[in-house]
Amino acid sequence: MSGEAARTYLPQGLPIPVAEADGLSAPYWQGLRQSRLLVQRCRHCATWQFGPEWICHRCHALDSDWTEIEPHGLIFSWERVWHPSHAALRQHGPYLAVLVEFPHAGGVRMIGNLLGDPGQAVSIGAAVDGVFEHHPHPERQYSLLHWQLSSVR
Amino acid sequence: MSAKATADRTLRGRVAVVGIGETDYYRHGASPDPEFKLALKAILAACGDAGIDPRDIDGFASYSEERSEASRLAAALGTRRLRAATMQWGGGGGGCCAAVANAAASIVAGLADCVVVFRSLAQGQYGRFGRATGIDTISGEKAYLMPYGVLAPPQRFAMRVRRYMHEHGVGQEALRAIALASYHHAQANPRAVMYGKPLDAAKYDASRWIAEPFHLYDCCMENDGAAALVLVPAERAGEFRNKPAYVLGAAVGSGYRAGAIPHNSPHYASAGFETVAADLYAMAGLGPSDVGVVQCYENFTGGVVMALAEHGFFAPEEANDYLAFDNLVAPSGRLPLNTSGGNLAECYMHGFELMLEAVRQVRGTSTSQARRNDVAMVIGGPMVTPVSNLLLGSEATL
Repeated sequence: MSGEAARTYLPQGLPIPVAEADGLSAPYWQGLRQSRLLVQRCRHCATWQFGPEWICHRCHALDSDWTEIEPHGLIFSWERVWHPSHAALRQHGPYLAVLVEFPHAGGVRMIGNLLGDPGQAVSIGAAVDGVFEHHPHPERQYSLLHWQLSSVR
Repeated sequence: MSAKATADRTLRGRVAVVGIGETDYYRHGASPDPEFKLALKAILAACGDAGIDPRDIDGFASYSEERSEASRLAAALGTRRLRAATMQWGGGGGGCCAAVANAAASIVAGLADCVVVFRSLAQGQYGRFGRATGIDTISGEKAYLMPYGVLAPPQRFAMRVRRYMHEHGVGQEALRAIALASYHHAQANPRAVMYGKPLDAAKYDASRWIAEPFHLYDCCMENDGAAALVLVPAERAGEFRNKPAYVLGAAVGSGYRAGAIPHNSPHYASAGFETVAADLYAMAGLGPSDVGVVQCYENFTGGVVMALAEHGFFAPEEANDYLAFDNLVAPSGRLPLNTSGGNLAECYMHGFELMLEAVRQVRGTSTSQARRNDVAMVIGGPMVTPVSNLLLGSEATL
């Protein structure tokens, strides 16, 4: 295991995210690999949308665009996970997962892990900043987007 | 639309449940029978309960990607003619009441005369729901969740419940009361997997966390077994040996963009029943105060809190007071809940065991009979989409 891989928040071995065969989410995953956060935005009515879809849910235009946004948000909800539901997580835990809302992108939300002490108190509404975690997997490089409390910077 | 046309479009009083049956219930992986055989056994038991020849079944209805297919069942049972085969979209237990609604709709529309609604599960044969190992790559919704350790159902729903608790000030004790009521009722029910295994507050509090705010006892079991109902037109209800339970109403669906992934539904802190509960009451011509007993699907106790509030039994801010053990137990609690033990303590049959229990309540044959049992509600799979619900009643309610 490379030094970089050893610094991942969760142990290696969890499913690797890939774009669907139809390519819908490919820009999102490519963006993460370049440390960029891309979210769909309708080029007709400017509605934000995540997860990606082929159609704008507001105006039904079929050519949604991808827009880069700042990886800052607010904790909308959270959970501390103790039970390992995957072999890779045995002997690991607890860990924190958070649902982060982006007020500057129409309030769309994303799941990530909250870096730092897994036993820490978590507050809904707390400001968080994104941290890109790159996985130099030999066959399938991929990146994840985690979060840390803004005051931690 | 004319008033008459609207009035005609109802299930109210048109269909009766005349048979119920189930296999023995087993811990996951412990069934001596394969899944398809379990389905057959449950259907035979339901037909036996009704006093009907299984060859006279002409329709099958199920949900949650049921694997025991209607055509194979019809061939195996020697069904004389198959006329309806419906499957409700959606995983989990959100479709359990919808499967009954689809069967009832088939009967009301004249597509079929005797429909079996069923669910069969043998996780030893097909793998467990609570495990997510063995997948190398993932795309679609799960790609935004699984790499972060949001893998199995408890982790997928804990955040939704946490948000609800935050918005409405719901405490852990409300979740605990639901678990205690289910286990209490299971102690009277010899069919229950948790029969003879009581739960008290101290044991709940000391139990391990699965995913906060869910303790072990907030999570449904994983079980093997099968269960079935026999539905016929109401005018035939008197031909069978047991007291009929009539469909008073049923509804299916979800609100605006409830299916927006990942965790992007606009009304996130919800069980998904706001529109569906209104539809149910409208069809039945009843309100929450008419309901004497409720069977509510518990994938996790938190979903029960939301679902009961969305059905109007209390305001979310009243959850801590309303969801007290004494209020939730038969015979005379304010709202006896999950009187067979439900998914937490009777058997996790994707909520189908709740349907059978609602029928028993109306018949008066439950092991924890509610004092008010003329109108029994079933609530299917909160927090998934689509969800569904059902009201059953005695002849006196028609």
